[in-house]
Order: sequence, then structure tokens, then C-alpha cells
Amino acid sequence: MNLETAFTIAAKELKVLSRKRSIFAYIIIVPLLLTVAFASIIQSQVAAGNSTTLSLGLDSLTYFFVVLAAILPSSIAAYSIVGEKIEKSLEPLLATPTTDGEVLLGKSIAAFVPPILSIWAGASIFMASMDYLTHNLLSYYYFPNWNSGVMLLLLAPLAAVFSIELTVIASSRLTDVRSANQVGVLMFIPFMAVFFAGAEGIITFGLDNLLIISGIVLISDLALSFLSTSTFNREEILTKWK
Amino acid sequence: MIETDNLTRKFGGVTAVDGLTLRVDDGEVFGFLGPNGAGKTTTVRMLCCLISKTSGSARIAGLEVGNKSDSMKIRKIIGFVSDNVGLYESLTAYENLDYYGKLYKCSEPRRKENIERFLKMLGLWEKKDDAAGTLSKGMKQKLAIARALVHDPEVLFMDEPTANLDPESAKTVREFILELRKQRKTVFLNTHNLDEAQRVCDRIGILNTRLMAVGTPQELEYSVGERKTVIQLDEVNDAILDALNRISPGKVTRDDSRLTVELANPNKENPAIVRAIVEAGGNVQSVSVTASSLEGAYLKLVREQRE
Repeated sequence: MNLETAFTIAAKELKVLSRKRSIFAYIIIVPLLLTVAFASIIQSQVAAGNSTTLSLGLDSLTYFFVVLAAILPSSIAAYSIVGEKIEKSLEPLLATPTTDGEVLLGKSIAAFVPPILSIWAGASIFMASMDYLTHNLLSYYYFPNWNSGVMLLLLAPLAAVFSIELTVIASSRLTDVRSANQVGVLMFIPFMAVFFAGAEGIITFGLDNLLIISGIVLISDLALSFLSTSTFNREEILTKWK
Repeated sequence: MIETDNLTRKFGGVTAVDGLTLRVDDGEVFGFLGPNGAGKTTTVRMLCCLISKTSGSARIAGLEVGNKSDSMKIRKIIGFVSDNVGLYESLTAYENLDYYGKLYKCSEPRRKENIERFLKMLGLWEKKDDAAGTLSKGMKQKLAIARALVHDPEVLFMDEPTANLDPESAKTVREFILELRKQRKTVFLNTHNLDEAQRVCDRIGILNTRLMAVGTPQELEYSVGERKTVIQLDEVNDAILDALNRISPGKVTRDDSRLTVELANPNKENPAIVRAIVEAGGNVQSVSVTASSLEGAYLKLVREQRE
């Protein structure tokens, strides 16, 4: 696999993406909006002086950035693959001296990097603002901590990969970007279920649980990578994709 | 440059290409004619290493189609114009070509030089900074051709390059193919436009799942179609008809003072026919030979296969 080729493909995808303002705005604005919304939730808890539920709230809200990592990349991946299918530009691309893996990796990098950077930026603002809001009540800075580190640096990227791989698989059967987006948004269901379980106190967002969840997502990613690479090959694309 | 031997592709129980054996020489413009569903696109896709073959073999510049390491080498030396332009509509004309140049690992100076050369050749240089999506259909097709040439390929595969183009744009594309022919580029042209094939191709293959005929346009007209000698006389009488029927191997039809004789080889048989008419008292005004067109040859072959 030639990484230079994959980066060339990724750079082109990002250039195309930068000209699709709606997608680009969606990727940047959603994490920022969430940060503002979360800040107001925490501010009300701080105002009530409720320090016992504060850490649960902070962890749950941090985990929501993982949910976001499962949603945002799918919109880029859907556009990148289904969009290219609609524009009929896949066939000339596949006739170039690139491997299926390089094309898939290039598209995956483009679908992975902007949402993850945006989520990290949003989460950084969120953590800084939370520290500012809660420091007086807690008497210490809650962030950064190991839990947030695992959520943002391990689980969120794994969730993004999960989302991209499922979108690649779904894209082979879909013929419009909107459907691919809708299917992509469904990727958040398992992550959202964990969020609700955490918010309801059924599970805790402790380090052990987060590592177990990360392990499960990693295994799912590995299984899906096998499926997505077998779906994304020249023969399949040109003879079986709808 | 391109050789196939019994190349076959099946999709489930359906045979798309059946035992294709042909050879395309270096610097030749080879036209592949056939009705929709004849297997033209499947053939090109196999040769461009986009899909696998079911059986048989194919080689491009000595490289084996279907061999994994050779496939990558083949893709480096070919250019491919698909039946859909498949451009990135939000990228400019220049960016579209530059991206493909990078994928073909062309150095930056070579990319710049080739992009400028081909955009100028195709009359698109002024549009280089326009988004591809804003170009007309004809311009997009020309840009797709430039994209396939940006790395100076040894062989250019074109799948229906003038389909859905207005006559003026189609003419520009045909002229460009003729320019490539002058430059001795090997071009494999899929088309169902007979006139186009006749104008630009050195040789033509007629495919309808199986290769039914191959040759120069003239060879196909002569070998497949019928040729007729048309003789205009002052007057046709029974003595002339009898004389002709005695010597002519072909069917003779009369239309007032004009006789039409179907012949396998008019050049060889015409002198005897004219001599017989004159000896029977006929006064010959003119003799002309009409060959059936490429269209006639093509339709005859396709119909014969259906029957």
C-alpha cells in the first residue's frame, strides 16, 4: 500500500469537502453547539450546588462526544462514496494505478480527520469551560482525567472508524447521499444506548468500563474492516454495486 | 499492443463476452462496434483490469491482464475514458487533471506541461479555472479525454466518447482522435456510431458477444456486404438479359433501362459483363459499382447472428 496515493486521494476528498459548505459547517458547528448546550446544563447543576451528581454529568456529557464521533464521519464517508457513485467518477478513478485499499484508506482518512479534529476541538472547549464553571464547587480541576482521555483519544476514534466502515458497506447498496446519511446516522444507536445507560446510572463511565467498551468497538472495527474491504473492491463496485 | 485469446466473461449464467480473439497493433485506432449489451464495455473493463476475466487471456504491451502485479503496470500505461465523464464537479478543470496526474505519479513539471498541452489542444485552456460542473456537456467530455491522457498513456481506451454529445462537440472529439492517430497513439474505441468508426478507425471489430468480423472499414464493406454493378443502357431487351443470365453468377434486376447485377467481385467480372451486353447489341452509357455501406455490413452481421 502506497500511503502517498492514499494521502493524495484524501487531499482531493478534503478539497471537494471544503467546497460543500453544508457538510463542512455541519462538521464544525455541531460539536460547538453541543459544547454550548452542555455548558448551560452544567452551569445549572453548579448553581444548584449539586456536586454529587456533577461527575456523572460531566462524564456522560464527555461520552456524548463519542456518540458524535459515530455520527459525523458517516456524512463525509457517505458523500465521498455514494456521491462519487452518483457522479460516476469511481470508474475512471479505479482505472488508475491505485489499489482498492489505497482508495478506501484515502476516503477513510478524509472522513475521519475533520470530524475527529472538530470533536477534539469541541471537547477541549467543553473541558476548559467545565473546569472554569466547576472549579469553585469541586475545588479541583475535573478535566483532563483518564476517563476523558480514553473517551476522546481511544473510544471516539474507534467509534469514527466503526461509523466509516459501516457507511462503506451500506454505500454499496445505496444510490443517494441522503439515504446513505440516514443509514450513517443509525450508527449512533449502540453508542447512544451506552450513553443512556450511563446517564441512568445503569453503567458507570469508569476507566474499566470504558476500556471494555473500547475493546468491543475495536473488535467490531476489525470485523467490519474485513467486510468493508471485501465490499470496496473494483469487481464488486463495477458489477454488483447498485 | 493489445492481444486477446479466447477472452471470455460470464456474469452468472449470462455470457457477456464469448471467446474474443483479436490483436490491435501499436499506433492503431481500433474501433469496437456492437449493439447495446454486445459486451463492448465489459471487454474494455477487462482490458483495463477493472474486472476479471472468466477464461482466456489478454495482454497489453506484453503484460498479462489478470496477473496482479501486471495489472498495476497495465493501469500505468493506459488511459481510460468511461462512458460517463465522471468528473469532480466542484473541482476546476485544472484540479481534475492535476489530481489524476498525481495518481499516475507524474512529476509536477510534467503534469503542468501535459495539462496545459491537452487543455489547449482541446480548446479548454481558457476554462481551466472553471468548476467542472459549470462546463457544457461537450467540454466535460473533452476534459474527461484530457484526464485520460494526462500521463501520456501508451494505449487509450475510450468507451462511447461521443455518445450524448451534440454534433459539434462530437466532431471535436473525432478530430482529436484523428490527431491522436497522427501521433501514432494506440486507441481502442468503443462505439455504436458507424459513421464515427468509419471516419476515425484504421480497423474495426464487430462484436455481439462474439467477435463477428474484423478488418478495415473497406474490408468489412466488401467482405460482408454485397456489391453491385449498375449498368445504364440506352435500352434493355431480352437478348441482353439472356446474355447476362448466361454469364453472370449473380442476380440480375432490371429497372427500365438500368440493370443491376449482384457480384462477388465486380472488378474481375465487370469486363465480361460489359462485353456480353455489347455483343448482344446493347449500348452501354455508364458502369458503376456500389458496395454496401459499413452500416449494411454491420446490420447484416448482427441480424445473421440473431437468426
